[in-house]
Amino acid sequence: MASVAERIKPREILSRSGPLWGLIILCVVMTILSPYFLTFNNLFNVGTQIAVIAILALGQTFVIVSGGIDLSVGSVLGLAGIVFGWATAVANLPLPAALVLGIGAGALAGLINGLLITLGNLPPFIATLAMLSAARGLALVISGGIPLNPIPAPIRALGSGDLFGFLPLPVILMVIMWAITVGILRSTYAGRCMYAIGGNEEASRLSGINVSRQKLIVYTLSGLFAGIAGILLTARLASAQPQAGFTFELDAIAAVVIGGASLSGGVGTASGTLIGALILGVLRNGLNLLNVSAFWQQVVIGAVIALAVMTDTLRRRKR
Amino acid sequence: MGKRVTILAVLTLAALATVLAVGCQRGGGGGEGGELRIGLSISTLNNPFFVTLRNGAQDAAKKEGVELIVADAQDDAATQQDDVQNFVTQQVDAILVNPVDTQAIVPAVQAANQANIPVLCLDRGASGGKIETLIASNNVEGGRMAAKELIQLVGSGPVAQLEGIPGTSAARDRGQGFEEVINGQDDVELVASQTANFLRDQGLNVTENILQANPNIKGIFAQNDEMALGAVRALGDRAGSEVKIVGFDGIEDALNAIQDGRMNATVAQQPAKMGSLGVENAMKVIDGESVDKKILVEVKLVTKENVSEFLQ
Repeated sequence: MASVAERIKPREILSRSGPLWGLIILCVVMTILSPYFLTFNNLFNVGTQIAVIAILALGQTFVIVSGGIDLSVGSVLGLAGIVFGWATAVANLPLPAALVLGIGAGALAGLINGLLITLGNLPPFIATLAMLSAARGLALVISGGIPLNPIPAPIRALGSGDLFGFLPLPVILMVIMWAITVGILRSTYAGRCMYAIGGNEEASRLSGINVSRQKLIVYTLSGLFAGIAGILLTARLASAQPQAGFTFELDAIAAVVIGGASLSGGVGTASGTLIGALILGVLRNGLNLLNVSAFWQQVVIGAVIALAVMTDTLRRRKR
Repeated sequence: MGKRVTILAVLTLAALATVLAVGCQRGGGGGEGGELRIGLSISTLNNPFFVTLRNGAQDAAKKEGVELIVADAQDDAATQQDDVQNFVTQQVDAILVNPVDTQAIVPAVQAANQANIPVLCLDRGASGGKIETLIASNNVEGGRMAAKELIQLVGSGPVAQLEGIPGTSAARDRGQGFEEVINGQDDVELVASQTANFLRDQGLNVTENILQANPNIKGIFAQNDEMALGAVRALGDRAGSEVKIVGFDGIEDALNAIQDGRMNATVAQQPAKMGSLGVENAMKVIDGESVDKKILVEVKLVTKENVSEFLQ
């Protein structure tokens, strides 16, 4: 392993971190355009704002690396939040039980995705599209369509509190989830299987990988991460909202792809995904700071997504 | 063989789930044949406002002794077209429609016109076809009300606005009323106006961002309460005291926030009244009576002084 790392030339390192350069350029542009951008406060502000999408996108990274896609994460996030909200606000269960139920609901939804794909033989796009609808529907059924309150104080503190007076707790949770993702992708059998299956599913099967079991793990992990993101969003809003996470799956997938992952599988890293989420976050924050009109914001965000992914794929083709 | 069993099992489960879901709905209030039927096509039940509107319509229907069939378009204009088409096929006596999109609803309205089924619009209008009436809140007046209240609360200094979904009539009308009053005086200045798409999580993020660029802001007008509550979350202890917050809609969470002093005011709409007025006017149309082309449901300013009247 070490010898491979030594053989990588500096120029390659530079080109491998394309998304990072995109982020740096974006930050430089924003710093020039707005005096409020490059402040300690605002940078932590951006970190707090992307935490939910980033955790969702880290879960999505497992799926995309293994050659699948999970469209249900936004709805599953909403369902997990509502199950948690119901458990604390309506059923008055103790906090740990409510957390287990909420995050468990996310993981269960992910497991069902996996079962639909492996046992039901559905393409991931269809299986998770079905879950997108079903999970959102269940969130509405459980909540009756209205936000559930109150959320316990420790959880509200998770949403707005900080460590040592400056490190926002959502950022800390995001970094922990990033470290876990790095660990799983790099140093576990399941992680190596994800790259193998995404690279060539048939070859993985022939070389003895239990592909079905690995896919169950992949989708359950994605659901679990969505569940944790759901708790975090509930904490941030101090309220469990049935429509929480609406269309978040698009941001999550965009973050993974901007971060250099390939939708055809086998390629992608946790750090890339985090950078992808940061690019989206910095863009939204910067456009707000500059007071850009709502109509133009959508155009700019679309253009940057296309540009980010295009430069990456063009560069790969050149090599 | 194993696969066939799986498919069979899945189909059976699906059938069971459908029966169960239908059974649950029927439990609410079934209708016998022979009585009048009104279809209510609602833009989305993924929003407490429209849930309350539906409840108002259901209560009125029960009182009037008519059957109300509710379809939820889930904010999708195409789904809504199918929903209305289904009402036409079922030959309901009148259709109440709360359009997802004022333009996209037109073909569905025309289909109902052709079948001679009267159409009444709730909350948002239709830009074509024959509509008996539009029942909606006076959003422009509400925007003016919010501006006057915010000016009075703030006295002088910079304020910001959180806008709704770009291009919707609610966002446009509320913004128009608000800006009209704000631009007509010099004490309070609108320094930032950004969209948060009527959503609480975006209201939180966008307010945080606005505060970075304008840390000395004195007041915020949010074009709905969800965004206002997001702003409350962003401002923490400063919400309601150092920074005045005025919302729009009058949902329960916002009323509670006003009582606690975290929000200062909201312009309450009356969604339940909108729903019941819909059913009552549909009955009038069915009976051959004439109704006004536009029925404005009055909006009310809710402050700490009168919030208890609105909280049940």
